[in-house]
This record gives sequence, C-alpha cells and structure tokens, in this order.
Amino acid sequence: MKLQARDVVIHHRRQRYGDMLLAVDGVTFDIADGEFVAIVGPSGCGKTTFLNAVDGLLPLTSGSLTLDGRQIDRPGHDRAMVFQQPSLLPWRTVTGNVMYGVELLRIPNEEARGRAKRFVDLVGLEGFAESYPLELSGGMQQRVNLARALAVDPEVLLLDEPFAALDAQTRETMQQELLRIWNQTRKTAVFITHDIVEAVYLADRVIVFTARPGRVKEIVRVDIPRPRDLRVKREPGFVEIERRIWESIREESARDGLAATA
Amino acid sequence: MAERVEEPIKYDSLPNFPAEGFPGTDMGATRVPRDSPIRTTPLPPQTWFQRREALLIGSSGVAVFFIAWQAVASARIWSPLFLPGPVDVWQAFLELVNDGELATDIAVSGQEFVIGYALAALVGIPCGLLFGWYPRLRYVFDPFITFFYATPRIVLIPLFIIWLGIGVESKIAVIYLGAVFAILINTMAGVRSLDASLLRVARSFGAGDLHIFRTIALPGSVPFILTGLRLGTGHALIGVVVAEYVAAQHGLGRMMMIAGSTFQSSKVFVGLFLIASAGLLLTYGLQRIERHFDAWRPQR
Repeated sequence: MKLQARDVVIHHRRQRYGDMLLAVDGVTFDIADGEFVAIVGPSGCGKTTFLNAVDGLLPLTSGSLTLDGRQIDRPGHDRAMVFQQPSLLPWRTVTGNVMYGVELLRIPNEEARGRAKRFVDLVGLEGFAESYPLELSGGMQQRVNLARALAVDPEVLLLDEPFAALDAQTRETMQQELLRIWNQTRKTAVFITHDIVEAVYLADRVIVFTARPGRVKEIVRVDIPRPRDLRVKREPGFVEIERRIWESIREESARDGLAATA
Repeated sequence: MAERVEEPIKYDSLPNFPAEGFPGTDMGATRVPRDSPIRTTPLPPQTWFQRREALLIGSSGVAVFFIAWQAVASARIWSPLFLPGPVDVWQAFLELVNDGELATDIAVSGQEFVIGYALAALVGIPCGLLFGWYPRLRYVFDPFITFFYATPRIVLIPLFIIWLGIGVESKIAVIYLGAVFAILINTMAGVRSLDASLLRVARSFGAGDLHIFRTIALPGSVPFILTGLRLGTGHALIGVVVAEYVAAQHGLGRMMMIAGSTFQSSKVFVGLFLIASAGLLLTYGLQRIERHFDAWRPQR
C-alpha cells in the first residue's frame, strides 16, 4: 500500500472561537500505488483538513498516516499539493513558479530549469513560459499550479478542489487535461472535491466522507476503463455510480442540517 | 471502450506524450494557443496632441501659474520684500550662486540628508523585516516605535544640540529619526500583509524559514518598502530644514532662516524651490525603481 490512514483524528484550531474543533474522526483507508482516489463529502466535512494533514501541514490528534511505511509528520518532497487557489508568486514568471518546488530539491539550477520547462510544456503552456501569473486566465493559472506540484516528482499528488473556482467549461477541459497528464505520470493521486461528477470521472475509487466530523461513509469503486472520454459522463454506468454517491451525500447533508437546527 | 495501458513516463524523457491526444477519444492535448484566432482592427492613430495630452496640460498649468504670479508681482501692489516675482527669485538665485555660498549650503544640507536617510534605510528596512516576521521582537519594540512615531521628532532637536552640538551630527540625527519610522513601519506592514496562501505553498514544498524569507517575504514586501522610502524622503527633508532653522552653521535651512528674518523673501523662495526640486527628484527616482519591481503587474 502506498498511503495508509489508520484511525486518523484531527482537531482543527479555531483562533476566532478559541477552541479545537473535531474535524476528522477516525478515518481509515489504504491507497494503492498509482491509484487515483477522490474524496467527496458535504461542505465542512473535514476533507481539506484531512488533505492538509497528509501534506504534513497539520498535526494529527491520534492515529497514523504513512506513506511507503514512513510516518507523515511534516511536509516533504514525496508529496506535492495542488492548491484550491492558484497561489502563484505574482513576481515570478510561469517557469519561475514551476521552479519553486524544484529549487528546494537541491538539484543543479540548469537541470531544475530544464525540468520546469518540460512541465510547463506538459500542462500545455509552452507559449507562456515567460508570462506573469496576472496575465493568465484562471484555468491557465491552475495549469501552473499543477505543473509546480508535478515538477517535484512526488510519490503522491494531493489536489485540493483545484477546479472549484473555474467556470463549467474550463473545469471540464481541466478534468480532461488532468487525466491526460495523469495518464502520463501515473502518480498516486488524492483529489478532494465536492463535485460528484468530477470525482467519478477522475477516480478509480471515490471515498465518501460523512458530515463533520469527517469519517469514511463508504468507498465506491469506479470500474470505467481508461482513457476516459468526457462523453462517459452521460453513460448509464457512470450515472448510476454518480446517483449512488449523490444519495449518500444527500443523507449526510440532511443529517448535518438537522444537527445544526437541533 | 477499449482499455489502453500507457507506459508510465520517465521524468527525464518528458515530453513524450501524444501531442495530438489519444486517437478515437476527445482526450486531446489541450494547448493554450498563444495566437488566438480573434479578429482585431487597429485603433485609429492618436494625434500628436492626444499622445502628449497629460504632459501638455500639466505644463500649461504650471506656465499659467508662473505668468500670473509674475503679473501680480509686477503690478507692485506689494513691495518686492513682501511678494517677490519669479524673476526676482531667479536673480536672487544667480546672486547666491555667484557668492559661492549656495554651493556650500547645498553640499552641507545634501550631506546631512544622504547620511541621515541612508542610515534610516539601513536600519529601517532590516528591522521592519525582522519585526514583521517575528511577533515577539515586535512586542518588544512596539511601544518605542509607537512613542517615537506619535511624537513630532523635531521636539528632540534641543536635546540633539546638547548631545551632538550644532554641527551636521545633530541634523543627521533628526533626519534619521524623521525617516526611519516611516520606513520601518511600512516594511513591517509589508511583511505582515503577506499572502498567507503563498506562505502555505512554501511550507508545503518544504521551504525553511530562511528560504521563505528570501523568496516570499522579501519580494512580497518590496512595494511597501518603497512606499516607506518615499514617505521617508518627505520626513527627512522636513528634518533638514527644521533642524537647520534651530541652529546651524551652514545649510539651506539656515540660509532660508536668515533670509527670512532679514526680509530677503526672494532668497527664501530660492531655498523653497531647491528643497522642492530635491523632493521631486527623489520621488521620481523611487517611482522608477517601483516600476522596475512592478514589471509583473499588468499595465492598465
């Protein structure tokens, strides 16, 4: 197993309320090498918190997270995050931004530059290598965000709702692009989203989280062959998986709503 | 749909993906086109006047002002001692240049300014970066910064004269104190207003404190540092003039003070224009630097 989560419990520090919120409560699952896993759940269910812990940005209250058998306790080069917001350094060019993670690998500058260039090309931005982020559209900025993570050659790619802020058409293009790129690299990937169609389209398995505190509600296998055409989203098999997950999440949102009014 | 198994790529052999996408699917390699097929028509060419509109209107305004001023002064409603015209000021300027005293005054004032301001930048920027980055340092120094920033620093001139004499040293101290807080406070604000998401990116990629400082905190606060430097020049120029008003042997402020108390209004105006020119030049220089660091901001 590549990535193992065992009874992961995370409290989230809330500065404003001066308390620790139980965000993730006993999450257990395994992710195989080269597998693409999506985590979906109602908003506020702790999925982003969980991903931040996998990245090593947040400590666990209890339980364990291991990557290739090694305990995760801090950020490392074996994981790379694609953030929800592009979060690019505005004063660096596209290539400069893709270099950001690579620079920290302590490899010769020339090689780092070459690697950055390859990934700029891979995400389809070869004409924009010397452009600044503010000159790019939202979708193009997210391509840079993705290239920056891929360029460090991580064991696991972590994606935190990277397409949530894009318009519907750009989002579909980016989903398709992500699959094309992933098909090239076959990185183990953990993709957080609240968009069920996106989760089913991208993933080998979809992990459904309960409402807060987040637990694994169910794990749905997506047996749709790859490469997946966007048209697959209209096929009965796809729609059936989507409906099943939708009902599962619906239940959770309703439960959460009741809890909130009680 | 047929299953296709792609060989996982080696990172050193990229890009070897099918640039045309996968045959038989709509999974193509979506390149972002540099040259879009959007059809455009060039804008009508601007006339000579349109291109220089801002400059022309601006300089006409200044010209009208000087002509009006000269007209009022030439009408001699008031004596030239009370209101000299631009021509009187120019003559006073030439006189001062011929005396040779003006060169000394400018040299002394300039020296005070350069040393005081450079010290302020050398102390203000690093301290601002440190205090912005380390909250505990800020807690220690905050009361002092607030106290000095809230106090008009010129009230300290009598003390500086007692401690440092009436030479350039006491002036440098006043100029330094005038500029340093504007620079420090702005630099500190720059570090504190850094984009939290960028800091998260850096941490996520395993950057250490020093690397984050070099790659994010420093470039991210450059606009604030430059604002601080620009505000600092104003404070420093006030320091030059006021410190020399109180007690000095040479300098533009002293020259203006003496001219004022002996009704040589034209000479006061000469000093005023010289100080104003220095301020304009410095502001212009800093704007040039700002534009250099702002190359990444799209032109509006």
